[in-house]
Parts: sequence; structure tokens; C-alpha cells
Amino acid sequence: MNKHFKGLVAAGLTSATAMFASAANAVEIEYWQYFFDARVTAMEQLIENFEAANPDITVTMNHFPYADYRTKVAAAIPAGEGPDVVQLFYGWLNDYVQAELIQPLPADAFPPSMVDTEFFPMVQAMKDGDAYWALPTAVRSLALFYNKRLMDEAGVAPPTNMEEFLSAAAAMTKVDAAGNITQVGVTAGMTAQDHHWFREGLIRQMGGEPYTNDYQTVNYNSEAGVKALEFYTDLFESDTPVSAIGFMDEPQAAFKAGRAGMHIDGSFRIGSLDKTRGLEWGVTELPATADGVRSNYSSYWVNAITTKAEGEKYDAAVKFMEYITSDEAMQIWLDVVGELPAKPSVGLTEANANNDVYGPFIRGLAYANTTKFANESAQRQLMVEMVERIQLQDMSVADSIAIAAEAEQKILDEYYSN
Amino acid sequence: MYRDLTIRQKQIVWAWSFLALPVIFYVVIRFYPTGNAILISFQNWNLLGDRTWAGLENYQKLWDDPVFWKVFQNTFLYLLIGTPLSLVLSFVIAYHLDKLRFMHGFLRMLYFLPFMTSAVAMAWVWRWFYQDVPVGLFNNILAGFGIPQISFLNSTTNALPAVLAPAVWAGLGFQVIIFMAGIRAIPTSYYEAAKIDGVGWWTVLTQITLPLLRPTIVFIVVFSSIGFLRIFDHVFNMTTNNPGGPLNSTKPLVLMIYDTAFNGFDMGYAAAQTVVLFTILLIVSLIQLRLLRSN
Repeated sequence: MNKHFKGLVAAGLTSATAMFASAANAVEIEYWQYFFDARVTAMEQLIENFEAANPDITVTMNHFPYADYRTKVAAAIPAGEGPDVVQLFYGWLNDYVQAELIQPLPADAFPPSMVDTEFFPMVQAMKDGDAYWALPTAVRSLALFYNKRLMDEAGVAPPTNMEEFLSAAAAMTKVDAAGNITQVGVTAGMTAQDHHWFREGLIRQMGGEPYTNDYQTVNYNSEAGVKALEFYTDLFESDTPVSAIGFMDEPQAAFKAGRAGMHIDGSFRIGSLDKTRGLEWGVTELPATADGVRSNYSSYWVNAITTKAEGEKYDAAVKFMEYITSDEAMQIWLDVVGELPAKPSVGLTEANANNDVYGPFIRGLAYANTTKFANESAQRQLMVEMVERIQLQDMSVADSIAIAAEAEQKILDEYYSN
Repeated sequence: MYRDLTIRQKQIVWAWSFLALPVIFYVVIRFYPTGNAILISFQNWNLLGDRTWAGLENYQKLWDDPVFWKVFQNTFLYLLIGTPLSLVLSFVIAYHLDKLRFMHGFLRMLYFLPFMTSAVAMAWVWRWFYQDVPVGLFNNILAGFGIPQISFLNSTTNALPAVLAPAVWAGLGFQVIIFMAGIRAIPTSYYEAAKIDGVGWWTVLTQITLPLLRPTIVFIVVFSSIGFLRIFDHVFNMTTNNPGGPLNSTKPLVLMIYDTAFNGFDMGYAAAQTVVLFTILLIVSLIQLRLLRSN
């Protein structure tokens, strides 16, 4: 009675009767994600739409700073508290499954064969056996940003293949009297997105395969791997470098400051570049090889149903999952957050695929791969060190890539043995 | 029952009831987590699943980890360069500042200011100083003279001293103040006697000032040693893109612990590193306190 009374007061007298009727058999579920302004706004909008369509379900969203997120989730779910539907990074899926924090999606609502055909292919990383554990609303991919002013000044056009890419970079590089680079043709740095470009882009384009055995075996210590790394390190190690590691502290900072002609980055960078005054930028697909081979990297955050959700909450959670992976939700997410739709049916619409800004990223999804990381930051660190050994210690490309491959295999072995 | 106690016993009861608060506080936020960390160091835990027993596996892994030994070496480099350097610098400054009357207060304020500044803000400003052309202050000055730029942070040899410099500078103000207080506390009668005997400044310094400053010196050494062994914020903020890099050349133990725990989610391994750090701090402090006691 008390609960109803409170509800009545809160709702005000006008809507009192309606509230009473719906609150009487309402199911309340909780949704958790980490805090990022646009994502929270988008989710609020999705929840509003969902609740309008399902008046008997209430969804409460909770968000936490990224740094606390994992700890909170880990503490809450086993205690029977916390989310019924949770957002997690695709790379954490294995940890969440093993810790029994999430349950597989029901096959009747999410038939694996349907997901296989309706979503972009890299989403299949979320499938284990014949059940999907989690699904994304949106995905991210890489593309080549370019500075329009610097391109015009140097008289070059946005490159489509690697040859044009290198000559455009050379044309836009500036050096001062002391021999220091003051403007780079293209940014470089494995600390940013370049390690993804190297793994899933360059190595595959050189004819290799970075990993085998479902990303459990490192396979880039090969001819293709060496060729890819040589291509990459030549950008800043050759006699006429078109880039410099650590130039202006961070690659994206150099690009924002208008001191870099080109910059490879993810779709999540669009928002901050849009806010940069005086920067005229464009974006195009990652350069293809001479034979037209393209490859891209994609990452995403997924939503999953936790083991806490049972009974009517479980049914409500399934309905909510269905909505947030629907075409409508994906379009809202693209409009509000700027992240790409996870289904070709939304992404490859005439308007989206040919959009000046999102188009190159969305087209990239068709040939994108998703690395299954065991420990992304540690694996990225190995790429950083691989380049540092070449740059700072004059190690050969082949030796350095061998050390990196061995160290990465060790991380993978340790992870998959547990 | 309380009434039956003697006055002495009542005093004890009261004393303990007041002491209970800090004792409970210490047990809950210090001793319990410390004990727990030691326990976790013998387990495997990724924050999500169950904790499983690992025996000495984490310590074995630490022993075999080349990064750990590199980091161990770095931690002691910070200590062995940082502590003597800041000790000598702060003494020289305090010694001369003490003799100076002109703008004494203003100069003292200037030296103390970095100590009050947030380490994060300071690290980022220095990080900008150290950048390559066209942004870095130092390299722009060099380039102005046509001298090729120096890699400060992107170098395996220069990076550690470059990161250490602002850390030393930041701690200097505090040490100068402590030294000045120590110098002021030396009775002037010793100096008057020395003047009457006509000894030189060097003898006064080495025979009177330094020996009588011993407690001050020991305090500063203990204090700054612990600080340098725990160095984190300067390193982390100056190398955020590649924490502790390049090639782990600036990575201190605390940063390795942070990275293992909150990027690798390998809590057991991180706890084992913590236990090692705890042991090092304990040993260093005990040795230094022993030196203090022999005074």
C-alpha cells in the first residue's frame, strides 16, 4: 500500500489512475554501462522508446566511471544486485562467461543463424558453440582522416592505395633548418590505433594472417608480418621520413593542431574533431594495396543478459535486448553517439553508407576483422615495444617482430590455460 | 562493574576507549587490506571470478619476469639518483638562503611553491617542456640555435633522468624548509666560539653544521627515500601514452603494480609485487631508522 501511495504522490493527481494500473504489475530491470555523455543520452532515448512500447516494463539505467566499471559489476552480480542487462567490451566476454556473470542469449529470440546473416560478420566473435552470448548495438572501425588544407597546399588528393598514401605523406611533410620535422605527412604511434591497423590491416593486406586457431596462436612472425612492419617503420625510420614517433606528444593531437596531413583513427574520434575550430578535415577508407586488397579492424561494446536476471525479469531483459539490437536502436545510436550500426540493414542504407563522414567507416566494416584480445593493453604494449626496439635500439625488423610474437604467444597461452 | 575499578584501571579503560577509534580505523583501512593483499598474492584472481589458490606461482612468475627486474632496477635508480641529488641541492640552497637577508621570504616562497603544486599538473607542464619540435620548449630553444633536437622522453637513456628532474624539483621546497629549521636550531654559541678561534668556513661547515644536522639529514633521507621508492604520479603522467616507457626504461614498481592490477586484472600477480614493494620499504626504513637511533 505504502509503495502505491508513494507512486501516487510522485506522479501527481492527474496521471494517478494510469500510474496505479501500470505500476501494479510492472517489472523493473536495471541496465548498466560506463559513463560517456553521448552514450548515456542515447540510452536514455532508447529506454524511453522501449518503455513507451512496453508499458509494463521499467528500465533503470546506472552508469559508472570507466575506471570503476569492472569492479562494480564483479561485486554486484554475484551478490544478486546490479544489472539485468549489462554492457561490456567485446574483449572481456571470455572473463564474464567464465565468472558466470552473463548467460547465453535465448535461441528462440536470437537464433544464431539469424544473427550470423543479419549482423556484420565480425560480430561472430561473440558466438561460442551455437549460442550467442552478447550482441552490440554499435561498432567501430578505422579510417584515414586527412587535413583538407594541407592536401590542397601540397596539391595532392586523398589517397586510395598505399602508393598514393606514401606520396601524399611525403608531399605534406615539412622539415626545418635544423633537420627536425615540423609537420608530418601522416601520424604514427602504436600507442594510438596503429597497432590495430598493423594487426588486422597491414598484415592481412600483405597476404598474412595475424593469428590462427581462433586468435589463440600468434602468426605474424612471417614474411607478411615483416613486410607489414617494414612498411610501417619506413614511415619514420627511412632516410626521408614522413612521420615521427611522439610527434606533438600524441597522433590525434598533431592532427587536431593541423600539423599532420593524415591520421588513422576510429569512428569515435569524429566527435572531438568536429569540435576543433579551424580544422578542415575529411575521411576516406584505409589505403588498399596495389591489387586492391583492403582490410580493417573493428571493435565494439556489447550488451548481455546477466545471470542475475530470472523469471519475469529475464523475459523483460530479453525484450529489452531485442529492442537495443534492433534497426531503430542502431539508427538512434548512430545519430546520437556517432558509432556505426552493427547490421548491414542499417549501416548500408543509401544515406548511411554514402555519408561523407560515416560512409568510409561503414564501408570498412564489410572487410573488418576483430582481434580477440586476452589483455588488450598488454598486447598493445608489445607492439609499442616492437617499434621501440627498432627505433631506439637499432634492432632489425625481423628480430623485433620475433620477440613480440613470442611474448604475445606467452600472454595468450597463459590466458587460455586458465 | 566499572565502579569497582581502581583509578589507574579506570584511566586505562578511558585511554583505550579513546584509542579504540584510531585502532579500529587502522585495523580496517590498513592492517586488514595489508593482510588481504598478502593473502591474494598466493592466489589467482581476475576481479570477476573466484579466487583460486596458486601457492608460490605468482612469486615464481615475478622472479622469472625480465620486466620485473628492469622495474626493480629503475626503482632503485630513482632512489639512488633522486635521494642524494635532492639532499645536496636542498642543503646548498638552505645553507645559502639562511645567510641571505635580501628578499629572503620571497625566495623561500619560490622554492616552496613547487611542493604545493599538484604533481599531475607539474608533470604535464614538464611533459610539454620535453616535447620534440615544434611544440617542446627545450627543443624549440635548441632548434632556434640550429642545434638538432634531443629526445628527452623518447629515449631509453634520457627518459629516466628527465622524469626524475621535476620529481626532485617538487620535493626540494619541503627539504629546504626542514634544512633551514635544522640550521636555525644549531646554537649560535658554537659559531661564535669558532669565530674566536679563527677557523675557516669549510671547517665550520664540516665540523659544526653538518654533524649537528645529522637528525635532520636522516629524517630527510628516510622521507625522500620512501617518496622515490613509491614514485608514480610523475612517471605515469609524463608517459601516459606508453606508461613507464620507452621499453620500460622509466617504469617504477608502483606503476607495474597498477598496470598488472587494473589493466591486466591479474590481482594475484599484482599483490605479489605489492608484497615485494612492502618488504623493500620496510627494509629500507628499518635500516635508516637504525642509523637514526645510533645517534
